[in-house]
Amino acid sequence: MLTDLTLAQARDGLRGREFSALELTDAYLAAIEALNPRLNAYVLVTGEGARAQARVADAALARGAHGALTGIPLAIKDLFCTEGVRTTAGSRILESFLPPYESTVTANLLRDGAVFLGKANMDEFAMGSSNMTSAFGPVTSPWTRAGDNRALVPGGSSGGSAAAVSARIALGATATDTGGSIRQPASFCGIVGIKPTYGRCSRWGIVAFASSLDQAGPVARTVEDAAILLGSMAGFDAKDSTSADLKVPDFAAACRRGVKGLRIGVPKEYRSEGMPREIEALWQQGLQWLREQGAETVDVSLPHTKYGLATYYIVAPAEASSNLARYDGVRYGARTEGRDLAELYENTRAEGFGAEVRRRVLIGTYVLSAGYYDAYYLKAQKVRALILKDFTDVFAQVDALVTPTTPSAAFAQGEKMDDPITMYLNDVFTVPANMSGIPGLSVPAGLDAQGLPLGLQVLGKPFDEETVFAVSAALERAAGFTALPGIRAGG
Amino acid sequence: MAYIIQGSTGAWEVVVGLEVHAQVISQSKLFSGAATAFGASPNSQVSFVDAAFPGMLPVPNREAIAQAVRTGLGLNARINLVSRFDRKNYFYADLPQGYQISQFEHPIVGTGVVEIELADGSTKHIGITRLHLEQDAGKSLHDQHPTKSFIDLNRSGVALMEIVSEPDIRSPEEAGAYVKKLRSILRYLGTCDGNMEEGSLRADVNVSVRRAGEAYRTRCEVKNVNSVRFVMQAVEVEALRQIAVWESGGEVQQETRLFDPNRGETRSMRSKEDAHDYRYFPDPDLLPVVLEQGWVEQLRAALPELPDAKQARFMAEYGLSRYDSGVLVAEQATALFFEDVARGRDAKAAANWVTGDFFAALNRTGRTIENPPVSAAALGKLLDLMADSTINGKIAKEVFEAMVETGADPAAIVDARGLRQVTDTGAIDAAIDAVIAANPDKVAEYRAGKDKLFGFFVGNVMKAMAGKGNPALVNTALKARLG
Amino acid sequence: MSLDPATVRRIAKLARIRVDEVQMEALRTDLNSILGWIEQLDEVDVTGVEPLTGGTQMALRFRDDVVTDGGIAEAVLANAPDRNGDFFGVPKVVE
Repeated sequence: MLTDLTLAQARDGLRGREFSALELTDAYLAAIEALNPRLNAYVLVTGEGARAQARVADAALARGAHGALTGIPLAIKDLFCTEGVRTTAGSRILESFLPPYESTVTANLLRDGAVFLGKANMDEFAMGSSNMTSAFGPVTSPWTRAGDNRALVPGGSSGGSAAAVSARIALGATATDTGGSIRQPASFCGIVGIKPTYGRCSRWGIVAFASSLDQAGPVARTVEDAAILLGSMAGFDAKDSTSADLKVPDFAAACRRGVKGLRIGVPKEYRSEGMPREIEALWQQGLQWLREQGAETVDVSLPHTKYGLATYYIVAPAEASSNLARYDGVRYGARTEGRDLAELYENTRAEGFGAEVRRRVLIGTYVLSAGYYDAYYLKAQKVRALILKDFTDVFAQVDALVTPTTPSAAFAQGEKMDDPITMYLNDVFTVPANMSGIPGLSVPAGLDAQGLPLGLQVLGKPFDEETVFAVSAALERAAGFTALPGIRAGG
Repeated sequence: MAYIIQGSTGAWEVVVGLEVHAQVISQSKLFSGAATAFGASPNSQVSFVDAAFPGMLPVPNREAIAQAVRTGLGLNARINLVSRFDRKNYFYADLPQGYQISQFEHPIVGTGVVEIELADGSTKHIGITRLHLEQDAGKSLHDQHPTKSFIDLNRSGVALMEIVSEPDIRSPEEAGAYVKKLRSILRYLGTCDGNMEEGSLRADVNVSVRRAGEAYRTRCEVKNVNSVRFVMQAVEVEALRQIAVWESGGEVQQETRLFDPNRGETRSMRSKEDAHDYRYFPDPDLLPVVLEQGWVEQLRAALPELPDAKQARFMAEYGLSRYDSGVLVAEQATALFFEDVARGRDAKAAANWVTGDFFAALNRTGRTIENPPVSAAALGKLLDLMADSTINGKIAKEVFEAMVETGADPAAIVDARGLRQVTDTGAIDAAIDAVIAANPDKVAEYRAGKDKLFGFFVGNVMKAMAGKGNPALVNTALKARLG
Repeated sequence: MSLDPATVRRIAKLARIRVDEVQMEALRTDLNSILGWIEQLDEVDVTGVEPLTGGTQMALRFRDDVVTDGGIAEAVLANAPDRNGDFFGVPKVVE
């Protein structure tokens, strides 16, 4: 089936004219039609637009004038503004917003010939680890536990993107990661996801959550697929003052480097309390695989790891409280009237924002408020510097780090919802990479006892995604992960 | 001479600090590429960044940074090579982001000083605390609709410099002098056009009162005052209001007020009550501003001669009084005009003519120094005609009026109207003879000792000569004839 | 650090989000729980540490002073919930 091809294989097939871009896109549209009602991975399917783009791709392929992604059908997380195509950020407050501009990252993908199948569901304003907070209904994971048909979460906030790729109703997808929102859902869904170095991808046109943490990145079926996608997504953008003015390396080539002679750090603080033994076992297995391929593993310490989450839950809500102040019903988005300006704002925002967003905006407002700035935000930014220093010190001795991605496999919808903190703990291993800006990738490494995917995380030096890809590809080769979810195209 | 207000319980001093918002002269806005020109149709100079659309990001304008540095140099202030942009968070209809990008803890310019001159000729130094860059807000129109306010975001995001003075000002006059001097410096530098009516220069006036020798009492801020006259009035009426509160046993509440020029009073601004918690934090979409000392030096080297330096030079080079120099340098264009007239001529005469007849003509005709009724070259030629005795001072005034009216060349007017000065002693003697013959009684009185009558004779001789007599020769001849 | 209802109301006002009395207690509990959990940062000694500014350090770039944007009033107004000609409409503000 066409939907069984990886992105790299599909790209070769298109260039070799084995099938057309329109056939490939139609295969995906049919899969979406069959499976999206169950998964709710897409909040908007742009069938006509996709077919038109596919036809243009076919014309280019016929001329031999193809780009890096000509004809490749992707899902676009609904946090990326797509010109003329509804963009909601998973929120009621943007439920009918039509952006008059295209985000830089998606413009790059279009420049390279990609086809957009639709907008992927997500936690509201990217705040969540389960895709349960979307105003448009939760996403259901295509995976289920053995002998149990309860709906599971795909992870979040990029739950729709991950579910779509995992269920093969998208060939790849864009996602964003602020505290783990690419890597954690990739791990839960048995696919690959990378958060590149902060500044590698432009943030222009991506609905902002936490400006100093947000980064765009791909989710895909294989490490090579993710490398191909990142190669198109990345690049300097003068419209983003935090964008890095650096040439984009050949990430796909880096996948073939191997790990001989590399030193891999194993941070002891990445064992969480009550972490399932299977995850510890998988971690050890992963390290063994790397040693077998010529790498050296070294025990290291990142002493401030345990403060990453608390730091994140001060910095991210603080920045979000300010970034979300613009949603006031005046220039775009949903509006609830009021008798005066204050009531307009209060009503619009109370009705337009969901509970998790309201909680985080209030936390953020509080920690920035008079008398608390020093104790919370300023302190958190200092602890952040210490977290970065931990990594900088360790990277003087090792080339990359390998850790588990998450402290558990996917959980059921409705679980962990009693108090916010239980949900927040999902991100304990992913958050330090956001706080320090370093790149991190999750690669599927094994299954737990209930048949659910478990991922391993590879962390690298700033702007050294190439080593991250090299190590991840080595793990992927050794893991031989071929498990597929129960709900999938052709399944 | 200190400014004191006599209250019912004693004497009060006024303490004033000014926060002046000056719109930066630049083509585009501080963080977006939209235009800044005044008077465009609503929302036509707005980018998606200015309108705070989702995913939009700020990118700073190099020229706005440069203008702030130039202004700091013109205020004799410290340039901070490292500064930072912070977000000032509050909600208001004209603030699309829900925050203003400003500078809080680390402004681009630090302490400086401005010298002001008062009517009695004394000078005073007013300290500058800091200057920082920030975004301007949009405009709300409240009178277009019965139940709605209309928002125009053209001004949203335009670069502003906020210039904060030390609370060194002690009277309405000082406040007015400070604003005028600041405005003059900004116009010289070309960093702000200082147009208060159009709103490119606005003042927030912080006023408090106290007894002599006391510590500072609570102050109130009178926002957005848009003329020098209103600044002076606001200081006065707000001081009086506060004194009345204190003297009736009450306590002045710290608040934000507006000046109502029609009523001549200030009133409280309700909508800003809880705007105090701005939750400042460094803008995470921007990085620290780091300037090279070399770049600052380049900007410094290219600054024009500023009012104080020009005034000192006029006094030294042209021998003008402090007062006259001050008048001539208030506007750079006037100073340039004066120097064109004075070059190679009697500077004092040039100064008198420019500040006297020429300024009067500008007022009368409603013209400006940029588009004068008489050019500097033409005025210079008029002075030349006096210097070589072709005409006398009184005739020159007549010629000048004709120049203003017709734009004609002064020499041509003199010839056309036959206004050449008469130096022929024969003609002078004849005129003197005629006047003496016609006024024998006055002659007798004069010769008897009434010296004041000399002016009567001079006047009549001049009249007989249609004003064209050379005054010096007439004087000499009259003295000789009258004895 | 425990928030009382008055503080929650004040924060909600600052954030311009209406909080009904019905929601108040659950919200207060959630916020207090999160703030209590965050307090573990008290353990960390940050003496002499400079706060981080941005993920990886780069210099702030400047843009040339050229008009490259604007003149798009239609696009700017197109999504407005209460458009009035060329203006955005809001409930009348009295200053």
